[in-house]
Amino acid sequence: MIALNQVTKRYPGGHEALKDATLSIERGEMVFLMGHSGAGKSTLLKLIAAIERPTRGSITVNGQNLGRLRARSIPYLRRNFGLVFQDHKLLFDRNVFDNVMLPLNILGYDRREAARRVRAALDKVGLLAYEKALPITLSGGEQQRLCIARAIVHRPALLLADEPTGNLDAAYAAEIGELFRSFNQVGATVVIATHDAQLAERLAPRLITIASGRVDAGAAVAA
Amino acid sequence: MKTWLMHHVRASGATLRKLLRAPFATAFNVIVVGVALALPCGLYVGLANVQKAVRTVSPEPQLTLFLSLDANRTDAGNIDTRLKTHPQVARLRYVPRERALEEMKRASGMTGIVDALERNPLPDAFVIDANDSAPDSIERLRTELATWPKVAHVQLDAEWAQRLDAVLKVGRIALMLLTTVLAFSLVAITFNTIRLQILTQREEIEVTTLVGATDGFIRRPFLYYGAVLGLLGGLAACGFVWATATVLNGALIDLSYLYGARWEIEQLNLRDSLSVLAFAAGLGWLGAWLSVGRHLANVRPR
Repeated sequence: MIALNQVTKRYPGGHEALKDATLSIERGEMVFLMGHSGAGKSTLLKLIAAIERPTRGSITVNGQNLGRLRARSIPYLRRNFGLVFQDHKLLFDRNVFDNVMLPLNILGYDRREAARRVRAALDKVGLLAYEKALPITLSGGEQQRLCIARAIVHRPALLLADEPTGNLDAAYAAEIGELFRSFNQVGATVVIATHDAQLAERLAPRLITIASGRVDAGAAVAA
Repeated sequence: MKTWLMHHVRASGATLRKLLRAPFATAFNVIVVGVALALPCGLYVGLANVQKAVRTVSPEPQLTLFLSLDANRTDAGNIDTRLKTHPQVARLRYVPRERALEEMKRASGMTGIVDALERNPLPDAFVIDANDSAPDSIERLRTELATWPKVAHVQLDAEWAQRLDAVLKVGRIALMLLTTVLAFSLVAITFNTIRLQILTQREEIEVTTLVGATDGFIRRPFLYYGAVLGLLGGLAACGFVWATATVLNGALIDLSYLYGARWEIEQLNLRDSLSVLAFAAGLGWLGAWLSVGRHLANVRPR
């Protein structure tokens, strides 16, 4: 599903966020990117989602070499992704329902089918009762779950989540963990950048640790 | 195809909602565009009316041929036959000098002065209608006739109409320049409006890009907005012109009544109005297109 070959990302100003990273993630795998903040987890996710371009090296996602991908093909690649952002990136000018509706609008779903899927996604994250609420009225944790609902509503093949449990208390974090697990069980590839060791322990994914830009692609931890 | 159509329907719906959500901003934008467009439209209506009036006042240009004072009846007869056989002459009227004097007496009420003259100062004359009223061929006919013997002077009666035509030509050029300048301003207005919208919606643009929206999907609502803004501005312009002409007509009819006539400004016709709307919508779209192309890249995550 994802293959990085000797990827280096240097930001303008000279900071090397990722150094010579090589790793591969199989279809249907669940992988945690572990490391301290600033270690390069977010950069790695952005490279996979084609939000950033690598300075050196090649990245293949879903069989497509991102370096050779033309700019106008990127949207179609991204439609296979569900992205959970650290800062949620919710739209505050529309209600919960319309926020989750956004990816389906872009995909051109029929309204009735789209509404059904939106409600299913909201139900999964426990926000069904808030469908008419504006995101600004939600707590941090609820906003986080809303962001997850938006990421999974179109049933992407690859879920990329950046600190998805960062704002959640333990109980909700566990629930969200279960959500990712069930999503993974129906065949989606799930890549989560986190430093939540508890979550890693519970879900027992393969761990890839990153320390100051260097990647150590380990094996799955024993359950 | 169906998806494509649905995207367009949704984008246009979203555009209308966007316009209605800020009615005041929308109204002011529409008025600005409308005023900018109303100026050339008004000038156009004015020119069209002057042109029409000129056409009714001077139906056919006529030539008046004056014989020299020393010409006698025989000379006049010769000229008469030559004119009658000339292929470019359609109709011909002979005005002998005596009759001309009579007419002058009657028309100008200058009986006293005319009677005081020792001799008739007026020459024999022919009034000629030409076959072809195109300015070039009339002018050629005039120069030709002027070279005939005993012909003192050939005058083109429609000279003032020609001058007016030249003035109208200047008017038309001015109209074209004004239209060009204001077309630019319309493009500039939409360009800036869309720029502001892109800035205020940068989060939405960012998020939609990240969840896989194509450039077309992101552009579409802005392009629609530009086109609709132009269209509404065009409607406003037609409305302004219509209202102005209606108000002026009221006064004009009163004025013309005093002269025993009925003058009325002709309104912008349907075809012209539709052209204005299409032109305005096109320019709005163009402004939006330029703006989106210029500003979207700055807002988007690559």
